[in-house]
Amino acid sequence: MASDDNRPDPDDLLAQIRESEDRAARGKLRIYFGSSAGVGKTYAMLLAARMQKATGVDVVAGVIETHGRVETGAQIGDLELLPQADVQYRDRTLKEFDLDGALARRPELLLVDELAHSNVAGSRHAKRWQDVEELLDAGINVYSTLNVQHLESLNDVVGGITGIRVQETLPDTFFDSADEVVLVDTPADELIARLQAGKVYLPAQAERAGRNFFRKGNLMALRELALRRTADRVEDDVQAYRVDRSIGHVWKTEAGFLCCIGAHENSNHVVRSAARLAQQLAIGWHAVYVETPALQRLESAQRERILRTVKLAEELGATTAVLYAQEIAPELVGYARQHNLSKLLMGHTREQAWWKGPTLAYRLTQFAADLDLIEVGRGQSAQTQPERPSRTEGTVDEQVGVRAVPYLWTVGACALTTLIAHPLQPYFALANTVMLFLLAVVGVAVRLGRGPAVLAAFLNVAAFDYFFVPPTLSFSISDVQYLFTFAVMLGVGLIIGQLTAGLRFEARAATHRERRSRALFEFARSLSSVLMREQVIEVTEKTVAVEFRAKARIFALDMQDRLEVPMPGADDDGIDLGTAQWAMNHNEAAGLGTDTLAGSAWLYLPLTTPMRARGVLAVKPEDVRLLLVPEQRQQLETFAALLAVALERVHYVEVAQSATVQMESERLRNSLLAAVSHDLRTPLASIYGSSELLVQQTRGLSPAAVDLAQGIASGARRMNAMVANLLDMARLQSGSVQLNLQWQPLEEVVGSALQAVAAIVAGHRIVTAIAHDLPLLNFDAVLIERVFCNLLENAAKYTPPGSTVTISARLSGDEVVTTVADDGPGLPPGREEALFEKFARGERESATPGVGLGLAICRAIVEAHGGRIWVDAGSGARERRGARFHFTLPVGIPPDPPAPELDYQGNLGEAR
Amino acid sequence: MNESPVAVLIEDDVQIRRFVRSALEPAGWQVFEADSVRQGLVEAGTRRPDLVILDLGLPDGTGIDYLRDLRHWSKVHVIVLSARSHENDKIAALDAGADDYITKPFGAGELLARVRVAQRRAAQLGGQVDSTFRFGEVEVDLAARVVSRAGQDVHLTPIEYRLLAVLVANAGRVMTHQALLNEVWGPNRSDSAHYLRIFMSNLRQKLEVDPSRPQHLRTETGVGYRLTAGQ
Repeated sequence: MASDDNRPDPDDLLAQIRESEDRAARGKLRIYFGSSAGVGKTYAMLLAARMQKATGVDVVAGVIETHGRVETGAQIGDLELLPQADVQYRDRTLKEFDLDGALARRPELLLVDELAHSNVAGSRHAKRWQDVEELLDAGINVYSTLNVQHLESLNDVVGGITGIRVQETLPDTFFDSADEVVLVDTPADELIARLQAGKVYLPAQAERAGRNFFRKGNLMALRELALRRTADRVEDDVQAYRVDRSIGHVWKTEAGFLCCIGAHENSNHVVRSAARLAQQLAIGWHAVYVETPALQRLESAQRERILRTVKLAEELGATTAVLYAQEIAPELVGYARQHNLSKLLMGHTREQAWWKGPTLAYRLTQFAADLDLIEVGRGQSAQTQPERPSRTEGTVDEQVGVRAVPYLWTVGACALTTLIAHPLQPYFALANTVMLFLLAVVGVAVRLGRGPAVLAAFLNVAAFDYFFVPPTLSFSISDVQYLFTFAVMLGVGLIIGQLTAGLRFEARAATHRERRSRALFEFARSLSSVLMREQVIEVTEKTVAVEFRAKARIFALDMQDRLEVPMPGADDDGIDLGTAQWAMNHNEAAGLGTDTLAGSAWLYLPLTTPMRARGVLAVKPEDVRLLLVPEQRQQLETFAALLAVALERVHYVEVAQSATVQMESERLRNSLLAAVSHDLRTPLASIYGSSELLVQQTRGLSPAAVDLAQGIASGARRMNAMVANLLDMARLQSGSVQLNLQWQPLEEVVGSALQAVAAIVAGHRIVTAIAHDLPLLNFDAVLIERVFCNLLENAAKYTPPGSTVTISARLSGDEVVTTVADDGPGLPPGREEALFEKFARGERESATPGVGLGLAICRAIVEAHGGRIWVDAGSGARERRGARFHFTLPVGIPPDPPAPELDYQGNLGEAR
Repeated sequence: MNESPVAVLIEDDVQIRRFVRSALEPAGWQVFEADSVRQGLVEAGTRRPDLVILDLGLPDGTGIDYLRDLRHWSKVHVIVLSARSHENDKIAALDAGADDYITKPFGAGELLARVRVAQRRAAQLGGQVDSTFRFGEVEVDLAARVVSRAGQDVHLTPIEYRLLAVLVANAGRVMTHQALLNEVWGPNRSDSAHYLRIFMSNLRQKLEVDPSRPQHLRTETGVGYRLTAGQ
């Protein structure tokens, strides 16, 4: 027990083993990492590549950005350059790295410069690092380069230092998964000198800011960042190494922290800070966004931005979740407790107006005083606003029209209220009339929502003042206390309106949620009742068409594990098996709205189950925006998961059915064999026996009758041999033959075989030449005797009487080669292999009887013993005339021989 | 013993019964037929046969059941009729007390040869005790424990001699591997089945004219060995 400390955690070891298995098949990635452009990354990469090439490695340069630098260009030297692919974009042809070319070329090592590069629109992947990912998956080693400012988690820090924010970023997870990182370092002064000498290429967007960027202070800061990041990585490597070598417990299984994603604009910054912190602490982290009804009401552009932040967190290595709750704080605390996270990280809480209640941070401390709360800076406000979805003029008008309608209704409702209240004036006090107006506000709020409720509150106050408060038909008032009435009336109207509208909104949200879960339930129920794949596909296509207003097609796996192209239907244009296959292989969504082939009209979702992917669901929505709403997308993914489980279930039903059929046919075959064996042989035995008896007892029979009896006897004998062969073959093929392996001398079985075929080979001369030093062999004597009998019968059958048949056996390496050779006419050449197939014979139409099963049986028997059988046709050279059949048996390790014993005379018994 | 010998034939196929009867009767046998285990036992009990010919597959039981029952009270020579490729059935029948087997389909000549072996064995068991046994050029003097071949003494090791003696004592019968192992090495040596084959090979080297094509020390493939004296 005391030694437990230095024993690695089995889970960790398992994770390590899995990782190394993954890695073994994957290519290795080395990143040349530098603080800024011009430090010499490409140069260093080329240098290393050429050294690899000198040692015989197959190196190909996939893409090299020399930016016109002569020294770097010279370093390419004799390296093979992969031609670039032409990508058609709009009306221009652009050059881009040729991923398919690289995959087809399959070099050992591929150079891919500028890892963070964004591919030209229309390429397979949006980013070059995704190309590299695919190359690594294909087992190709890759060298690449990267500047520190392109690292996702450092992107905004560098932006803060230099004032330039680059758009091309690389997820940290990818950087961390690189097998090696080589830091290429150049001191700031030297870099500035190189800049002045014109040796540093500045990208276009940096040209303007070039002077600012290459200030010494900036360069030193960038250098520090690059060094630090590399140092962090090296530390990770050391830790991984220590875990590998089981040097104590370094791996912290300690819980990570929870990053709260808020609705504010700079939540990206918070997420990046969290990622950096997690990386420095080497712990895992979660990021969640809690959507409250209030947040749900945000504009969809804002909501999309928040969900993009969630995605960013995922790319940076977080476990993410989107939760729905009435209030944020308890939900966060619940999540943290559930996942054993002891720290909460969030952006600074701003001062908040008093009516909004306590801040989130305060609420959190109220709910869980034991949780640590980390507040991080929010950063400056974002420079890049998400572009607003552009709308055409027509839709703007339409939208205005749609929006105006409830307000017109509101005005009408207020007018109606006034009309109803007016004739009642003499009978009711003014206070009761106020009630009527308030009722109208509630009605409007319930029917028409928040905005109209506000309008109704104001309109009603105005109408009340104008028509009811003396002096009537004027806004002036006689009594000041009416001002108080108006204020209260307005206040009550607004509050009731807000509350009612809120209720209405929540009721609607609940309805939507309920509708979604009902749809899921219905889908699950209809899937659960089907038993065939076609039905699953039909149910899915119908449901998706109703729920998502989209066409759906399913690529399912067939029994051979290939993707099956769905039945062609209407509107199938643009559907592509290749993309589906990609999604399936990479277990990632592809097509519309994803990172891969975003230009496609179809969205391809892999159907993943715990066992494996079962196919791909392709969806083509009528309105693209319908699928981009997060809830809809999530719903679709849940559908896909249900569908995957249904497909898997159906698959296993098929497997079980085919197993049952197989068992049934096996049973049938066995009983058929038994029946044939008995029912066919018994009559054969009496035919043969009786006819042979007739032949022997020739007294009283005419010679012609004796001939006939002889014919019957030999026919019965042949038929019996045939039945025996058929039964043997059937038994051998069904795999129901159990070898009765015994250690025994080969000589013995040769003797018994010769005895068995004595009558058939009587007209031939048989010579045996079996080497005396043969070891005991482990074989089934009955079956090997069959092999000898068949070979001998064949030899007798196909050679003229008087020919010599030689049986020889000798030791050759770790097997014994046995040969049955004759000096007959040999076999037609070129058919050596076909002879061993069922129903094959040397000549096509032969007068010699016998179903061509003998050699097929020989092969089955010999192969069951782990040997080989083949033939020399021997119809060529004269000295090698005659067919020579060879077969081998493995030698194995024979058991110990008995100890030598003394005979009666005291001599050793082995003397012969 | 002037009476003709008696054979009981237990077989459920009428045609085979008819053919076996017509093969045996000309050779002087009196044949009684039975088509089931039960009737076969009755016949064997009442007719006091010199020979039982038994089919292994019968409508009311197997030949093995029959043999177990029969061996409680009779030592009569039993020849089993069996199908080829059912070596386990043959071994089970021999272990249960059968003396010989013949594989279907068989000819009258083959059957009569086996019947003659049975007759000779019966004569030996009942007749005078002859201490010498001859096969081919070989003479075994069981009293003097001397083996000679063409008049020349042959040196055998104790185990070789013991094996030969067991085969001689059961001449004409098929001895299963297991039975021979039990007789020669004792009942607990079934793990060294290959010993038997090695000693058998040695015996053939010393006693057969062409050891690779033995005439007397015959192999019954998959079943055991048999010493044949005739031909």
